[in-house]
Amino acid sequence: MTPLLQLRDVARSYVTRNNLFGQARPVRAVDGISLTVNAGETLGIVGESGSGKSTLGRMALGLELPDEGTVTFDDAPMPAPGSAAWRTLRRQMQMVFQDPLGALDRRLPVLEQIIEPLVIHGIDGDQRSAGLAALASVGLSAAQGARHPHELSGGQRQRVVIARALITSPRLLVCDEPVSALDVSIQAQVVNLLIDLQAERGLGMVFISHDLRVVRQISNRVAVMYLGRVVEEAAADDLFRAPQHPYTRALVSAAPSPGPRRVERVILTGEPPNPAARPEGCAFHPRCPVATARCRTEAPAPARIAPGHTAACHLLTPAAKVAAR
Amino acid sequence: MKTPLVKIEGLNVAFDGAPAVRGVDLAVHPGEALGLVGESGSGKSVTWLAALRLLPGKASVQGRVSLDGSDILSLPVREMERIRGGRIGIIFQDPSSALNPVLSIRRQISEVLALHRGMSGSEIRAEAKRLLDLVGMPDAKGRLDSYPHEMSGGQNQRVMIAMALAGQPDLLIADEPTTALDVTIQAQILDLLQQIRREMGMALVLISHDLGVVAENCDRVAVMYAGRIVESGPAATLFDTPRHPYARGLIDALPTLDDTQRLVAIPGVVPDPRDMPRGCAFGPRCAYAGPECLLDSPPLRAVAPGRRLACARHNLDLAGPKSTTPNSTPAEVVS
Repeated sequence: MTPLLQLRDVARSYVTRNNLFGQARPVRAVDGISLTVNAGETLGIVGESGSGKSTLGRMALGLELPDEGTVTFDDAPMPAPGSAAWRTLRRQMQMVFQDPLGALDRRLPVLEQIIEPLVIHGIDGDQRSAGLAALASVGLSAAQGARHPHELSGGQRQRVVIARALITSPRLLVCDEPVSALDVSIQAQVVNLLIDLQAERGLGMVFISHDLRVVRQISNRVAVMYLGRVVEEAAADDLFRAPQHPYTRALVSAAPSPGPRRVERVILTGEPPNPAARPEGCAFHPRCPVATARCRTEAPAPARIAPGHTAACHLLTPAAKVAAR
Repeated sequence: MKTPLVKIEGLNVAFDGAPAVRGVDLAVHPGEALGLVGESGSGKSVTWLAALRLLPGKASVQGRVSLDGSDILSLPVREMERIRGGRIGIIFQDPSSALNPVLSIRRQISEVLALHRGMSGSEIRAEAKRLLDLVGMPDAKGRLDSYPHEMSGGQNQRVMIAMALAGQPDLLIADEPTTALDVTIQAQILDLLQQIRREMGMALVLISHDLGVVAENCDRVAVMYAGRIVESGPAATLFDTPRHPYARGLIDALPTLDDTQRLVAIPGVVPDPRDMPRGCAFGPRCAYAGPECLLDSPPLRAVAPGRRLACARHNLDLAGPKSTTPNSTPAEVVS
């Protein structure tokens, strides 16, 4: 089967300055990542701030071109952003971001905003009926469609954004922290909605979040990012039952839970990584509780440690696989 | 029972006639860690802002708040200022906006030490460094001359904690102290708060929307909804066997790392303070609501040693299967 979306060794740098007069220098936000998303599959991307997960999401949508590597959608190279081919393709790829209020126009009733993509892409037919159907599919009423964004709650606004993203019947949906701004009870509503819509429509989905618990809930596969690289990738069940990479193990153990704790908490020392000051060798070694001399000088490449399970760590080999937690 | 350190009785807060806190009773005992959980708009932060008299003038505050038995709501402003930052310290969610961007860390900590501890000169310098060491700041001495923008969010939160500890408080109020931080840094800060509390015998009020954070860091928990406490009790038993349908709902809505069982969302949204439903405020969203729930707002009463519950149907057995079907009629669910 051809993958819906494929990223091969993509890298993206930005230029920053230390201060007003400082030397401009490139910061590698994404540093050589290969990932695949199949139709009907949700790939979760986990990472802390500065890990490059949002940049990766933007490249997956073709909003930014990688400096190195390739992105293919349906086996065809991603066209340049803004080009005619890219605009046509955008029908098939949609996105949902964290802040629905920022993504909506405050002056327009939400139903008009939901059908806007149909207008933009010149999709004919009864646009209003399509809009009402989209509203219903996310659990909103026609009356709510007549309201302006500020008359809706945060969860309802995010439903509007989802309805708008799905009205062109896309095949790929990229969600960047879509429920992070929502309260727990509302977050559960939106997570369930995304799971249902994804299953009904056979969407390929990329779900980017810092919240492991939500990613666990929604993803088939999960990639863990640290400083622009994927340090571990596996089926969600495997990754959370038996995390292998020392960073994943710390992340999993740090997730707060009201239930009994099954693993000893690993508290990482040190600061979150700064992409502008990438350590030599393995980027995680200054915070890694098990780092060796080799980790300080040589960056580990992702390696297959079990079927469908890769990790980038010198200490991990198929034989050294850590038992389930 | 010992006198509580801080006691809040019958607290009501309203903004322009819209109630934000509706009759809260809460006590914090010396050295204990109390968690206050609730979603946005539940009144959990406003309760403590009102107790410490940090709300703007347009807020109407009624009730009694006492520290060691004496009322602090009627204290002269100057005496209240000695309590805030002195006996009661506060840290907020966003450290970078709570710190002054144009003053060095040394200046900001020194201010507290001069004001609340009457220190000066070399005494201040030594104590400021000791405090930064205490909160686990790497290179404490060098960091004293830094400015907030030169540090990460986690380091700024450490500075905030150091400033709150400078007044040697008996109680630290932490309002969503880790919400803006990354997961691994969140774990560091929570661990630090626990360690300091143990060493200094200080009481802690942890305000959070995250049940997991509260469950792991508090002895006792109060769950708030629409300006009221709906359930309180020891953290372990409350999370194990919640008695209030809202508390049950919050726990079921929370995803865990252990399974991918479908989340049980609470239907509907939080009520508008200007348009509160009749009877129990949670009634319209409650899968267990019955006719009696429309009559009155249920009072918070003791249902077991150390446990209090505000539910007209307080004999409900919520221990059954995790899934409640919100759309079915209440009678079906209860039977």
